Amino acid sequence: MITYEWLYVLAGAAFAIWAALSAKDRRWGNAAFWALLAVSFFFGSHMSDLANGVLVLALVAIAGLGGLKRSDPPTTSPEERQAHAARLGNRLFLPALVVPLTAVVGTLLYNYTPLGETGLFEARRETLILFGIGVLVAMLATMVWLRPPLMAPAQEGRRLIDSIGWAAILPQMLAALGAVFALAGVGDIIGGVARGVIPEGSVFLTVVVFAAGMALFTMIMGNAFAAFPVMATAIGIPLLIQTYGGNPAVIGAVGMLAGFCGTLLTPMAANFNIVPAALLELKDQNAVIRQQVGTAVPLWAVNVLIIYIGAFLLWN
Amino acid sequence: MNYWPLAGIAIVVLGFALRFNPLLVVVSAALATGVLAGLDPVAVIEALGKAFNDNRYISVTWIILPVIGLLERYGLQQRARGLIEGMQGATMGRLLVAYLAFRQLASALGMKDIGGHAQAVRPLVAPMAEAAAVKTHGDLPEDARDEVKAMAAATDNVGLFFGEDIFFAIASILLIQGVFEAAGYPLTPLELSVWAIPTALAAFAIHSWRVLALDRRLGRAGQ
Repeated sequence: MITYEWLYVLAGAAFAIWAALSAKDRRWGNAAFWALLAVSFFFGSHMSDLANGVLVLALVAIAGLGGLKRSDPPTTSPEERQAHAARLGNRLFLPALVVPLTAVVGTLLYNYTPLGETGLFEARRETLILFGIGVLVAMLATMVWLRPPLMAPAQEGRRLIDSIGWAAILPQMLAALGAVFALAGVGDIIGGVARGVIPEGSVFLTVVVFAAGMALFTMIMGNAFAAFPVMATAIGIPLLIQTYGGNPAVIGAVGMLAGFCGTLLTPMAANFNIVPAALLELKDQNAVIRQQVGTAVPLWAVNVLIIYIGAFLLWN
Repeated sequence: MNYWPLAGIAIVVLGFALRFNPLLVVVSAALATGVLAGLDPVAVIEALGKAFNDNRYISVTWIILPVIGLLERYGLQQRARGLIEGMQGATMGRLLVAYLAFRQLASALGMKDIGGHAQAVRPLVAPMAEAAAVKTHGDLPEDARDEVKAMAAATDNVGLFFGEDIFFAIASILLIQGVFEAAGYPLTPLELSVWAIPTALAAFAIHSWRVLALDRRLGRAGQ
């Protein structure tokens, strides 16, 4: 049976190669950071919780001290790329499409045909595992088709992962923060406060408070990822799902999207809202946010309705 | 009730506002929250390590980078620019609606790095939208030009945010899965990502209407 452990070995191999290439390039901070991540993927399941915790602290120390830098591995020049693009045309999109197609078609086949009975994949893990298979197929196809140097995928991948830097593990770290918040009872405290505000038994108002909390926390933190674990453990799971019996998939997915409406409204989400105003040399720093208000507010209201209808009216 | 664990949230807010490294902020918040809730510091580090380890699958998605990088080496970005450039003609409104559709579809298929403010909006989408607006409405004052450019950037954001979650192998979907699984509700990424579709359609409808309304308003102001 193929499990997540297989994916972890694949990811561990990718990070180990990036670490080795960084070391060869004398970028020691990058080398150490990606090497620790490779250790986590290879051996995390066999290490004690404390060892994993110390590994997390080490990762954060490297990132916090500014140890991660962008790199410039060998690649093609803009002129060469232009020439390749003109020659290859829209076929360039095909390998990138292989990945989602493999995963979606594979998942459907696995769930709705007798293939599922083979038990080839760990239960409920098939989509991400098929994603990994899709990546391998796409890479192999691209290598055979375009015949780049053998190290090109590793170097091009390093170019991208170094440009992402520490942000690459921020979502994973925020999920871990959510777990610690849950352990410390943060969700219970906020949920208790929320329960005091929301009239008992009103599903619709609870949905409104959940979606409003997602948007407001996102605006404060500048990031829906940071808001989600707090609001899900405070209101989404205990009230909407456990008390009122709502559909978890709708509450999770659309709750996150209600948070994204908050991202459109906040200068804290600088990458999306402030940086473009600077890039476009706009006089008003908040000009982009001003254009987004009229979309974000009605869309937030639509999300409230989708949760209410999809998670409750259609589900029960 | 002990309200002290909420200090962790305050640390996240303050830390992000003061622009400390976000990883540092998140881990400080986790440690402070655990300790203020009365847990032993070592137990908090253990809990953090276990949770980080349990959520490794969120970061697995980076294995796609060698494929994307390889395609970029052969001009993926340049080809995407060619597609956007081919959209020209007609009005600013129609141009931005077409870009919105392109951005949403590409993100939904996992190509969220096609587009973006530095790569697409500044060099392509904003100047093309401005030129189209001038062509239809005649010379525009500085404020109106800024509005058009800001709307181009807004269109990129809306297209990305309300397209990307349809792609299941993305951090936000896996984060939802992680949080719900920890609470005892196992979901598959695909179950979650199909529920991003209704909002994506609503986002397309609302934002398209707003872009076209801006185009009409510029026309009235010019008369």
